[in-house]
Amino acid sequence: MDASVILFYVISVLLVLSSLMVVFLRNVVHCALALVVALFLIAILFVMLHAPMVGVLQVLVYAGAIMVLFLFVIMFLNPTASEPRRKLWWGFGSAAALLLAASLAALLSNGEAPADPVTATETFGSPETLAKSLFTDFVLPFEITSVLLLVAIIGAVVLAKREP
Amino acid sequence: MDHPYFPLLILFTLAGAVVLGLLFVAQKVGPKSPNPVKAEPFESGNPPRGDARIRFSVRFYLVAMLFLIFDLEVVFLYPWAILFRQLGLFGLIEMGIFLGILLIGFVYVWKKGALEWD
Repeated sequence: MDASVILFYVISVLLVLSSLMVVFLRNVVHCALALVVALFLIAILFVMLHAPMVGVLQVLVYAGAIMVLFLFVIMFLNPTASEPRRKLWWGFGSAAALLLAASLAALLSNGEAPADPVTATETFGSPETLAKSLFTDFVLPFEITSVLLLVAIIGAVVLAKREP
Repeated sequence: MDHPYFPLLILFTLAGAVVLGLLFVAQKVGPKSPNPVKAEPFESGNPPRGDARIRFSVRFYLVAMLFLIFDLEVVFLYPWAILFRQLGLFGLIEMGIFLGILLIGFVYVWKKGALEWD
C-alpha cells in the first residue's frame, strides 16, 4: 500500500475517534477540545489533497477563532454536568444518524468508479492559484463577500449591543 | 513521502509526542504528597468564594465576534498580497472596494460605541 494511503487511514481513524469524543464526552469543555483535535485532523486532510491554503485557514479560522466563540457560548450558557438526558432528542438523533448511514452505505456499495477521475496537480490549491482565480475570474463574488461580512458586523452589533 | 508539507507533519507529530511523553513521565516519576493547603488556588491569598464558572457578560462575545469578522477580512489580504505585483492597479482598486465596504462596517461599529467598555 502507498504511504499516503496509510497516512490517510491513520488520520481518518483518529478523526472518527475524536468526532465520537465530541459527541460522547460528558464535560462540554472536553467536547470542545476534542472538536479542536478533529478540526486539526481535517486540516491535515486538506493539505494532503493539495489544498494547503484551505488547510491553514481551517486551523486559523475554525480551530482558532470559531472555537473561541464556541467556548464563549459554553461560558454563557454555563451548562452543568448533571444535565438530564433527553429521551426524545436521543431517539430523534439516532434515527437521523441511521438514515444518513443507510444512504451513505447505499452510495458507497454502488462501487462504480467515477468515469473520468482527475488527479489534482501539486499547485492545484496553492495560494498563488487560489489568488489568481479569486482576483480575476471571481472578482464579483469576492466583492460580495465584503457585503456579507458587513451584514455580519451590523448583525453582531445589533444583537449583542444593548442600548443603555 | 514526497509531499511538500510532509516535514510539517513530522514536526507536529514529534512536538505532540514530546509534550505527551513529558506529561506521562511527570505523572509516573514525580513524587506526590497532596494536602488541602496545596490544592488551594492561592495559598497565601484570600480564600476563594463561590464558583469559578460564572456567567460572562455578553460584551465579551461581541468583541470576539467582531474580532472573527475582521480576522476573515485579513484572510483575504494574504492571497492578495502574494499576487499584488501581478494584479497591478486592477488589484489595488478591487481590494480598495473590498476594504471600503468593510470600512463602512468599522465606522458603524465605532459610532455605535461597540468598541467602548462602559
